[in-house]
Amino acid sequence: MNAANPIPRLDTIHRVLTPEGCELELRLAGGIIRARAWLIDFFFRMLFFSGCVFILSRSGRMGEALLFLLAFLLEWLYPVVFEVFCEGATPGKRFSGLVVLRDDGTPLDWSASVARNFLRAVDFLPFFYALGLVTMGLNREGKRLGDLLAGTLVVYRQTVPPPKVMDDDTKAEVLPFTLTEAEQRALIEYRLRAPGFSRARAGELAQLATPLIAELPPDAARERLVHLGNYLLGRGALAARTEEAG
Amino acid sequence: MKESQFVALREKEWLAWDLWLEGNKRQSRAKRQAASITLENLPSAFRRLCHDVSLARDRHYSSVLIDALQQRVLAAHQRVYGARGDLRRRWLVFLGAGLPRLVRAERRFVFAAAFLFFVPLLACILLAQIFPESVHYILSPDTTAEYERMYAPEAQRLGASAKDAADGQLALLMYYIGNNVQINFRCFAGGMLFGLGSVLLLIYNGLVIGMVAGYITEVGYIDTFWGFVAGHSAPELIGAVLSGAAGLKIGYALIAPGRRRRREALTEAARGAVRLLYGAAFLTFCAAFVESLWSPARSLPFALKIGVGLAFWGVLIAYFCLAGRGRHAA
Repeated sequence: MNAANPIPRLDTIHRVLTPEGCELELRLAGGIIRARAWLIDFFFRMLFFSGCVFILSRSGRMGEALLFLLAFLLEWLYPVVFEVFCEGATPGKRFSGLVVLRDDGTPLDWSASVARNFLRAVDFLPFFYALGLVTMGLNREGKRLGDLLAGTLVVYRQTVPPPKVMDDDTKAEVLPFTLTEAEQRALIEYRLRAPGFSRARAGELAQLATPLIAELPPDAARERLVHLGNYLLGRGALAARTEEAG
Repeated sequence: MKESQFVALREKEWLAWDLWLEGNKRQSRAKRQAASITLENLPSAFRRLCHDVSLARDRHYSSVLIDALQQRVLAAHQRVYGARGDLRRRWLVFLGAGLPRLVRAERRFVFAAAFLFFVPLLACILLAQIFPESVHYILSPDTTAEYERMYAPEAQRLGASAKDAADGQLALLMYYIGNNVQINFRCFAGGMLFGLGSVLLLIYNGLVIGMVAGYITEVGYIDTFWGFVAGHSAPELIGAVLSGAAGLKIGYALIAPGRRRRREALTEAARGAVRLLYGAAFLTFCAAFVESLWSPARSLPFALKIGVGLAFWGVLIAYFCLAGRGRHAA
């Protein structure tokens, strides 16, 4: 559908085609949320490191050497180990709802994680990830240099939305006139999400659909739209009889 | 077909998928068996699930339904195509055959890195013999004094500054691992700057190491210095060359991607480069053990230390030339 569209869409949805011919949509993460994830990780690392300093500082030069090794491990291997063993997310990414995937949507392996994280040494140049941020702005997938090398994406972890209609209103009304596909979709979305809105907000939104609700007051308008939505969804007694009409 | 009819028709299988995905994640056998998705019907069930998403999209069902379906497909896609083999066995195969094969396959980059590293190194050693003052162009007086003290015949512990000499061998081991492996990693990452970072690091390290070696030799601490470095020189210098080769491979993919898009060439090169880096880091890691445990020993005769060092060179070169040439070694 979108492959035929010559104008690239101006949004952060990245499409991945699976071998089964199914198009998956991933939501790419931008610089700000990734910086936040990095800061959270940085905080964790500092916390852990200062804890170790506290414990090891008494064991003399041996402790100092151990701290040096620890600093090395925290800098280079911390992100790699977490990304490989914790489903592609360091603790900071997990708290920010992010996950790292390969370009084809599959989980990271060692090589990809090593490539993208060791390249932080270059992305960091000349100061505080400046090169990485500039690179992120220069490609459509928001990749820093490490992501380009490893062939990885940082995307939002998708949370499961409520899959069902949450109320038990099953009355349906036939559409007074034919709606376009986009309008039908909007109506369905409204019907599914209306139970989650406050009553006043749901009524307010319903009144925007002027031709459908005529002059009805907010509450009645909301009910009308819900019933029309039920019809489109195929809920309720009326819909069963008029299936062919839909 | 209306959305709710579609859901009613297909819901049972979607729930089975949820069970399978959940069970697989937690590795719970009971749950996985309870799910009706089995190894035999997985491919067809997966295709049906993908078909459901396409249908739902085509029929403009609600985005809630499409999202939920798509998440199932994504999760299943990751489980099906993200499966990894037994890592432990692969490591052994990699060290036994994969690494030397890779080094031979990438010999262009390995030789280029060796050239960039060893030419300045040897040139500096020679230069220090002919023009001893030249050392000051590269090393600061403090550094030279420090090295002089480290390899003085009366030094307590070879190769360690006076400050570090008080440390145990284990402490030194940790310093060596942290410091030297980190240089490998930087050298690899530098490849992303069109190879320039790797080239500069290789030349720079060659210059410094060569100058130190030349200077100390010129001062006359031949037994202590060469006795110290001989043991770990082979793994450490080869490790440095391999990490440089990994960086050069990345840089080359950027400069000359061939008949591919630059980005594809890069991702492709990364796979080999990371494996080269594994080899480099492993060698450097081993070198740190030799450097902290074997090299500083003062009681051993000079000839033995040089002999062992040369033997390491011989073994490693033979390993890279000969290992993994068997019929089905991979």
